[in-house]
Amino acid sequence: MANVISDETIEYVGILAKLELSEEEKEQAKKDMGSMLDYIDKLNELDTSRVEPMSHVFPVHNVFREDVVVNGDTREKILANAPKEKDGSFVVPKTVE
Amino acid sequence: MDLMQLTAVELGKKIKNKEVTVKECVEAALAQMDAVEGQIHSFVTIDREGALKKAEEVQAKIDAGELTGPLAGVPVAIKDNMCTEGLLTTCSSKILYNFVPTYTSEAVLNLEKAGAVIIGKTNMDEFAMGSTTETSAFGPTKNPWNTDHVPGGSSGGSCTAVAAEEVPYALGSDTGGSIRQPSSFCGVVGIKPTYGTVSRYGLIAYGSSLDQIGPVAKDVTDCATILEAIASYDPKDSTSVQREEYDFTSALVDDVKGLRIGIPRDYFGEGLDEEVKAAVLGAAKVLEEKGAIVEEFDLSLVEYAIPAYYVIASAEASSNLARFDGVKYGYRTEEYEGLHNMYKKSRSEGFGLEVKRRIMLGSFVLSSGYYDAYYLKALRTKALIKQAFDKAFEKYDVILGPAAPTTAPKLGDSLSDPIKMYLGDIYTISVNLAGLPGLSMPCGIDSKGLPIGVQMIGDCFKEKNIIRAAYAFEQTRTYQRPAMAEKGAE
Repeated sequence: MANVISDETIEYVGILAKLELSEEEKEQAKKDMGSMLDYIDKLNELDTSRVEPMSHVFPVHNVFREDVVVNGDTREKILANAPKEKDGSFVVPKTVE
Repeated sequence: MDLMQLTAVELGKKIKNKEVTVKECVEAALAQMDAVEGQIHSFVTIDREGALKKAEEVQAKIDAGELTGPLAGVPVAIKDNMCTEGLLTTCSSKILYNFVPTYTSEAVLNLEKAGAVIIGKTNMDEFAMGSTTETSAFGPTKNPWNTDHVPGGSSGGSCTAVAAEEVPYALGSDTGGSIRQPSSFCGVVGIKPTYGTVSRYGLIAYGSSLDQIGPVAKDVTDCATILEAIASYDPKDSTSVQREEYDFTSALVDDVKGLRIGIPRDYFGEGLDEEVKAAVLGAAKVLEEKGAIVEEFDLSLVEYAIPAYYVIASAEASSNLARFDGVKYGYRTEEYEGLHNMYKKSRSEGFGLEVKRRIMLGSFVLSSGYYDAYYLKALRTKALIKQAFDKAFEKYDVILGPAAPTTAPKLGDSLSDPIKMYLGDIYTISVNLAGLPGLSMPCGIDSKGLPIGVQMIGDCFKEKNIIRAAYAFEQTRTYQRPAMAEKGAE
């Protein structure tokens, strides 16, 4: 395997991805990511030096529309989905002491 | 009379002619579900009461002459990644196990305006990440042709629901082949429209630049009719395209004289099953005999589509799935220390293995130091793939090839080796990268008794070419249903 993923890399990616992996999952993730990157490295066979990255297949530009409220008040329904709510707000763990 | 054996358009006609009521159709669908769900598990949620209530409302509107379209009163199943107001929408994930949307996705809303009756939400690979419907948090869906085999994915439940005649038609979504590949495995017809044709508003995003909603049905006429109903320009989706026309059904003509069909040699090389190859080339032969001009050509770059796709799709997924944090909806872990720990634990417990694998890969390829080497490289490759198709469509109206290298694999065979599973998408994935319309339809049955699918690809906004070719081919065949569809109806 050409791409060896270090413990540090998996830790770092875990932080970016906001995922907490068990030791076993980390080992598996290192292996999986390494073999995926080996496979993705195939793209290096292509000379793309004169090609612009294409994020969108059609020429797109910023799309604007008037900011007009078209839906009704769905606050109660939205809050009904919250794992925890209080006084019309989402409840999260305390973030400032 | 077995109502669920009819196509959506046939059933719509019977409702219009007052030969059957909408309620009778819904009851027939529910009866078939009762008969086969235990064996195949197409649905995450079945909305019996809602569907029966809706049936009465729709019937009243039909009787009053307010609903006159071809799909009025016909029951439909919706893939569980499209929001439906008041009806559980899970993406087949634990992290959305209890999510009840407060609004309905635009495509489904368009169907409701056409008088559709939603009967339930279909099972899928978790967040549409998978090719077998085995990564669902609620258990796999099985292929009605042989329950030892997978239905394909990720729109597996939508395709089995149609094949097993639980519903006449369904909506699926296609990011890398998720409508076409399971349609092929289940012996039904599915279309992925040109990117931007159907609004993604309310479709829970996986790879936003690749996702498209499309129809799954028993024949080409249904698919064209459904596409006409769901396609619309939607200002709420910034990638929605204002098309010059939204007519697809006028292409339902049995005439392919002069239609130029290209057969990419690179789609018939190593890895393609001999029986699939023979059936697909047989379809090309039929079209040639009907007057189409069929030629082989080299498309090129085929083997680069999958690695480019997994970089782009994973990158977009890692960003799109950042919203699942246990705060506003869905699963929250039981015990946690502080906000960040709550995020991490909720996500780690709520997402399945394949989803985590792709979020990790996506986060990596977007991280500083790797962004240029992986993400931008993939976007440059995408540009080259698009150019290759542009060149091909200068010469051809339709590109014809297999939808998948094999027929449906056995349950459990694909998940053990992710790259092997990813390779199964080799013929469908580049179509999403290039934003093209693609269709899959049955073209034979292999020696194991499993359906084989042929894929037809068109240039952007040229759905009509593939619909025309598919319709003409379909006229030479009779629809084959799995034994389960028949048995369930007894």
